[in-house]
Amino acid sequence: MRDFILKRVAAMILPFVCVYGFYVIFHGHISAGGSFAGGIIVGLSYIAFSTIYGIEKGRAKMPEKVLTWTESFGTLWYGIMGMVGIFKGAPFLANKLAGVDLGLPGALFSGGIIFYIGLGVGIRVASTMITIFFSLMEDES
Amino acid sequence: MIKKLLILLIVLATAYVGLFAIAELPPYGMPDNPVHNQVSERYINGALEETGAMNMVTAIVLDYRAYDTMFETIVLFTAALAVVITLKTDKKEQIGGEGEGGR
Repeated sequence: MRDFILKRVAAMILPFVCVYGFYVIFHGHISAGGSFAGGIIVGLSYIAFSTIYGIEKGRAKMPEKVLTWTESFGTLWYGIMGMVGIFKGAPFLANKLAGVDLGLPGALFSGGIIFYIGLGVGIRVASTMITIFFSLMEDES
Repeated sequence: MIKKLLILLIVLATAYVGLFAIAELPPYGMPDNPVHNQVSERYINGALEETGAMNMVTAIVLDYRAYDTMFETIVLFTAALAVVITLKTDKKEQIGGEGEGGR
């Protein structure tokens, strides 16, 4: 797709879509949404970009190395966050039992490890979406 | 023809039995339904104090059922891995290979 209007509108909208996706990820424990929905939004912003501007420019924005790293370490990050419970003498993935400071409900950094786990899951979902899309696009061309 | 009639009869009989089972279900949204047991009561009453998250869905998904979400992310990893393994074509192999596919 090489439409001028589409390109200009996408250039205006897509950065905000991406930022909104990260907003949904970061505020998953406060407001509606969550890490899965936010990750999908972040991934979709990149997918729309590479659909409109072509797969080459999309590849340049999101290099394969970054994708491989987020793809591989997103799940590992979840496990590392779960080990916090074990190091504090509580079960795996324990939050309040492990004595993590829960903070003030409603603040951004509240909910103990929920915030960090959600960040990992969101990035993970986004990278999965982008990886699957890039694989499908490249096979077509 | 007889075979089709027989199939129709079996389908209708199964639907009849299924509709009887559905009719036995408790009405939707009643407070004394079996789904409103102590588990949901615990979540509703204690999610804020026990997890510190205001969004109860996130509190359940990422704290009470954290194991479930962990293996969900592993499922995502496996899905992406399967797609990449199936569709990834090596550029060098395509150019210099013996050409099994005629693309």
